[in-house]
Amino acid sequence: MVNVKVEFLGGLDIIFEKQRTHKVNVKRDGEQEVTVGMLIDYIVLNMIKNPKDKDVFIENDTIRPGILTLINDTDWELEGEKDYVLEDGDIVSFTSTLHGG
Amino acid sequence: MTDQPVPSDVLNELAALRAENATLKQQLKSETQLPMSLEEFKRYGRQMIVEETRGVEGQLKLRRSKVLVVGAGGLGCPCLPYLAGAGVGLIGIVDNDVVETSNLHRQVLHDSTKVGMLKCESAKEVLSRLNPFVVIKTYPVRLNYSNAFDIFKDYDIVLDCTDTPLTRYLISDVAVNLGLTVVSASGLGSEGQLSILNFKNVGPCYRCFYPVPPPPNAVSSCQEGGVIGPCIGLVGVMMAVETIKLILDIYTLDNFSPFLMQYSGFSLQSLRTFKMRGRQVKCQACGENPTITRDTIEKGDVDYELFCGQRNYNVCLADERISVKEFQNSFLSPGEFNHILLDVRPHHHYEISHLPNTYNLTVKELRDMDGSIAALQSQIPNIHGQSEVLVMCRHGNDSQLATRILKDQFKIANVRDVRGGFFKYIDDINPTLPKY
Repeated sequence: MVNVKVEFLGGLDIIFEKQRTHKVNVKRDGEQEVTVGMLIDYIVLNMIKNPKDKDVFIENDTIRPGILTLINDTDWELEGEKDYVLEDGDIVSFTSTLHGG
Repeated sequence: MTDQPVPSDVLNELAALRAENATLKQQLKSETQLPMSLEEFKRYGRQMIVEETRGVEGQLKLRRSKVLVVGAGGLGCPCLPYLAGAGVGLIGIVDNDVVETSNLHRQVLHDSTKVGMLKCESAKEVLSRLNPFVVIKTYPVRLNYSNAFDIFKDYDIVLDCTDTPLTRYLISDVAVNLGLTVVSASGLGSEGQLSILNFKNVGPCYRCFYPVPPPPNAVSSCQEGGVIGPCIGLVGVMMAVETIKLILDIYTLDNFSPFLMQYSGFSLQSLRTFKMRGRQVKCQACGENPTITRDTIEKGDVDYELFCGQRNYNVCLADERISVKEFQNSFLSPGEFNHILLDVRPHHHYEISHLPNTYNLTVKELRDMDGSIAALQSQIPNIHGQSEVLVMCRHGNDSQLATRILKDQFKIANVRDVRGGFFKYIDDINPTLPKY
């Protein structure tokens, strides 16, 4: 089991019952490590209450364009994206890009 | 002419004038030797004595700098006076919008007397009064692929204070091709984001962060989503800080690391700085084999409209829509009330003002019912397949989507959209209702 904090910023909390931060426990099977990819699957499966909201978060099996994913405040592109292996206490943030000015 | 003695008062006057002339000459000489006028020393003293600015050296960098601000709205307004105040030598402002009353809660350079005036001219008026040492150039045009290079070429730094993905990609692409650094920010609701793009032509650009644009239905504007004035204002002020730091060379190639700042105003204010990816080798604009070049942009080969897409609201046939006038005459006159009026605006909009005898369900709520008439009846008790339903929203876009859903999914035959929505109704029929 790995305990992480998940955040939904930039208005994304709308599909998570307007709650911006969530404590999440992702269980692992046997010795398997928990990656960010598995966390995303977990979020889609367990945390998005309305199935119609899935495409706000996911497109073509990955995070929808216009959403930045951050692992401990660092762009996931620098951390191995979906392959990053989560550790207890990690913070994974998803933030929707804003366009207003 | 006879030799008459010159009166002593004239001699005194002459001596005084000579002395004054000498003083003035001396003053002029020392002033021309100074890098700035005495007035400028006085004006910028308080920032020059902040050691990191390096005093006169930094002030001269500011005076030599040329900054282009695209958008004189919620971000541009709070940013601009700080740039002008700090003594940025040339400030360009691109905006072809006019001031509207609904802008004034956040666009603090404009005021109630300027409604209808071009935003760039309104801004120039205030800034010129604030600091006459600054040259302000206005461009009352909409930035597009054919004018962007011509406008950008006279500047060193571009501030993206615009409000759509399309202009954000365009600004970034043009800046990359001209080697300009971009200070880019955005805001919506109580949140804001800020980043420095194409830093010294080696940092990542907008496309490195966002190679694929978001789907159009995921993009919300301030008009649609609302915005808290001081929240976006704070982000605009932060843009001014970043711009001054760029001009003063506080950021260098050695110490600059790509970042994105995220401000949240509610509930507790917070500011986070995320460490971001660097320039992407595969980037279409700034990567190793760019396809987005000055040539392809200016020829119109980079189709920004197609790339960013548009929401398609025109989903109703002509006979599925009625005008606000027809709506008023046929459906709002007193008498038997057999039809159902459905307002599909968000509930918090509906609460601000609405017509009597209306139901309020959003497009999302209708969609989530999956066409179940029982689910719909739990909200609108008397509705059935033969009901006559009139749908309205704010401007007549969402109501078309709702009309489609009611007809196609709920199989209600007689549904019509009120063209132009609640606001058109207010404009044309009943101006005593509050518009917001």
